[in-house]
Amino acid sequence: MTESTLFELSSPGRTGVTFPDPDVPRAKLPESMLRAELPLPELAEVDVIRHYMHLSRYNYSVDGGFYPLGSCTMKYNPKINEDTARLPGFAFTHPLQPIETAQGALALMYELQEWLKEISGFAAVTLQPAAGAHGELTGVLIMRAWHKSRGDDNRVKMLIPDSAHGTNPASSGMIGLDVVQIPSDNRGNVDLAALKAACDETVAGLMLTNPNTLGLFDEHVEEVVRIVHDCGGLVYGDGANLNALLGILRPADVGIDVMHFNLHKTFSTPHGGGGPGSGPVGVAAHLAEFLPAPLIGILEEGEEDLPPLYGYVTPKQTIGRVKAFHGHFGMLVRTYTYIAMHGADGLRQVAEYSVLNANYLLARLRNTYHVPYDRICMHEFVAEGKVEGSDVRALDIAKRLMDYDFHPPTNYFPLIVHEALMIEPTETENKDTLDAFADALIKIAEEAKTQPELLHEAPHKTPFGRMDEVKAARELVLCCWLPENFSK
Amino acid sequence: MNYIPISPTERDAMLATVGVEKLDDLFNDIPAKHRFPKLDLPPALTEMEAAASLSELAGSNETTRDLVSFLGAGAYNHYIPAAVDHILRRGEFYTAYTPYQPEISQGTLQAIFEYQSLIATLTGMEVSNASHYDGATAVAEAVNLAYAQFRGKRTKVVISPTVHPQYRATLRTYVQGMGLDLAGDNPSLLSTLDSLISLIDENTALVIVQYPDFFGRIYDYTKLIESAHAQGALACVAANPIALALLKTPGEMGADIAVGEGQPLGIPMSFGGPYLGFFTARKQYLHKMAGRLVGETVDGRGQRAFVLTLTAREQHIKRERATSNICTNQGLMALASAVYLSLLGQRGLRQVAELCYHKAHYAAEQIAKIPGYSLCFESPFFHEFSVCCPRPVEEINAHLLDHGILGGYDLGQDYPALKDHMLLAVTEMNSKEEIDFLADVLAEVSHD
Repeated sequence: MTESTLFELSSPGRTGVTFPDPDVPRAKLPESMLRAELPLPELAEVDVIRHYMHLSRYNYSVDGGFYPLGSCTMKYNPKINEDTARLPGFAFTHPLQPIETAQGALALMYELQEWLKEISGFAAVTLQPAAGAHGELTGVLIMRAWHKSRGDDNRVKMLIPDSAHGTNPASSGMIGLDVVQIPSDNRGNVDLAALKAACDETVAGLMLTNPNTLGLFDEHVEEVVRIVHDCGGLVYGDGANLNALLGILRPADVGIDVMHFNLHKTFSTPHGGGGPGSGPVGVAAHLAEFLPAPLIGILEEGEEDLPPLYGYVTPKQTIGRVKAFHGHFGMLVRTYTYIAMHGADGLRQVAEYSVLNANYLLARLRNTYHVPYDRICMHEFVAEGKVEGSDVRALDIAKRLMDYDFHPPTNYFPLIVHEALMIEPTETENKDTLDAFADALIKIAEEAKTQPELLHEAPHKTPFGRMDEVKAARELVLCCWLPENFSK
Repeated sequence: MNYIPISPTERDAMLATVGVEKLDDLFNDIPAKHRFPKLDLPPALTEMEAAASLSELAGSNETTRDLVSFLGAGAYNHYIPAAVDHILRRGEFYTAYTPYQPEISQGTLQAIFEYQSLIATLTGMEVSNASHYDGATAVAEAVNLAYAQFRGKRTKVVISPTVHPQYRATLRTYVQGMGLDLAGDNPSLLSTLDSLISLIDENTALVIVQYPDFFGRIYDYTKLIESAHAQGALACVAANPIALALLKTPGEMGADIAVGEGQPLGIPMSFGGPYLGFFTARKQYLHKMAGRLVGETVDGRGQRAFVLTLTAREQHIKRERATSNICTNQGLMALASAVYLSLLGQRGLRQVAELCYHKAHYAAEQIAKIPGYSLCFESPFFHEFSVCCPRPVEEINAHLLDHGILGGYDLGQDYPALKDHMLLAVTEMNSKEEIDFLADVLAEVSHD
């Protein structure tokens, strides 16, 4: 079933594209600076297309089926977004061309900043960060810059609940902050007593995911924010789970100071097999001057028949630039399209139905799989991947789901639930799909008792079976090459 | 318009199963006074209306299809074969997640493995990761690698001022508060290689140069890299991947890390993103490298297969002790560059590089002939070169734009000593006719 690599398919003398001969005189090449050989594979266009078509068949995808990965919001990616992002007026613009020639792109970015502000309640938004984790880095740099601007250099600790995504501590660690883990209470909220005990004058802030990774909205969120603010800290909101809050709650309204958006989760831009994402950051008014530069602003107000002139503005105390150019513009076009087509009511429905779908699955599964923090959930919930009277693990259940043609849920995360199966259906699934998924999980629980080996060895019906991960890590074959004497 | 496939009847049945009466009842945990805010957004559009509205916005940009472009400076106008986007538009690729479940993600995993192989071949390096955000952040991650390699004990990074100004700006943001000295990051010191070498000492963790440099110049960095190694420091080359089809590789020059902006490899300029940061290194630095890695293995049925490997470096396992916080990377852009490279192969890519080289040299020669204009540097260059102009660049560019030409980058905005200096890029997309036209229009603004 395996597909040969590009390097194995290569045959000397083939080529997929040719270019015209030069229409200018040939210049002298710098002989001493030329590379010896360029051993790239040689294939015809049809070889390349077939190769990638074959590979594509080995992928599970949202277009192909249900992908209930918790915390990843694998919603359907509307096709119109792919078309608008590729409009020649967008795809063929240079990031450094004069602003007078890019008013369409700049107007779109300006509007999108405004819309994200309205949706979240924040005072200002940057579109520059490339992904969620990149937005987190931007956010924690802003938090530290704010403390420093007040002459407060002793804020070296970041508080992070034990249910947080790994990127939260990694982002804080990257800029040298010490991470202090805060436990959850027995209802899945931040443990208020532990939080109070950790709060002092050395705390830069708290990174809060709300709804958290258990899929639960923190019942004391305003109190959590107050406790952190009272010790002089700031509250970072991880926007990974914003899908549940569109039109339901503006995070800034409960006192969150800074938050990133995941456009590739909440706003339907595709995940691309691991990116590109896009991670804009919103901040409350007191942090607006610290945002990365440049932002998109209005340089000259419009008049009756004249649109405004959009351009670049630099916040006064900016932390600087976090990447080259202006962010993942192509993802911004997709997001703009998505919001334009939803409007306020449409966005609220997104949240409502994502929460309905999660609660429906929870209701159908709670008698089969133990749900440790069992109350009305938001867009996702976490069950234990265990079956009484069987030795199967979450991993086995996940792999067996593939035989029923479903993508497994996220497993073994969050770390605070033993054998976690984290299920996020999103709003773009119908009742039939949810029922079929629940039926499969219920049937698998039966199989776990009657034929556990079926699960231990799953998947059976996929083109590939379980992998030897140890071999991969031990041998570390990370590249393939053309054979030594391949080139003529 | 929304994408919710649930009928009102189904909704009511589901609500009944959940045990609540209406959708609003699902949100009782939300503080009541902030619940259900009224969002002031424009009325929702149908797909037909959205398509028209977006077309109008796009149409108000002037593009490199309407204009003749000689603008580069980190984003380049290259031909993208039609097949590239046809592969990218396969839903099996673009609507998949990060390949955490290898049994049903072999398409993505093998494609990334091949990408790693192609990029390692192109750079002459031993290993490549699965991608980074862009060229600028890849440079910043190279500094993180070197900083970790010396456990924070070496606190100096030597960076050439001829590394892209936005890459240096990004690096300054990344390292703020780390107590690192960025020696050489001074645009008023347009240092020679020797003066850069003189900055390297035993406290230096990493030396960073760009290849070709921001002004388009080609240098052999072998000696500089040897000097870095003599002090125990690592060396990183930020390279243009098209230039590498022709030129000596960072690997051949002895670099420990080679990174760069992969946009020229089949990715549209798209007003600045999404692009592709590539990141390669010598194998010994693998465990300090940021980002995902795909390795070869076998499955339980004995078939060759691929998995994400060495994940213990990453944030979801190591949390605050991870090599980087990166999670989502540029998967689909890496796929684009792999499809591009496999279509062009060694011949096609070399052809593109040579076309860029010959056309840029022809353009430079024509412009140097115009009274008032001269080439700023004598060094060899690839497809970009700096021109001393007789008038402010902004003025010249305005005149060029009147004639439908997108002029070069104004170097004076980053380098005070290079006031009235323009950086021009020429690629395979520029015809001789266009270059001659550029020279003609430049001649019109040669004097007062």
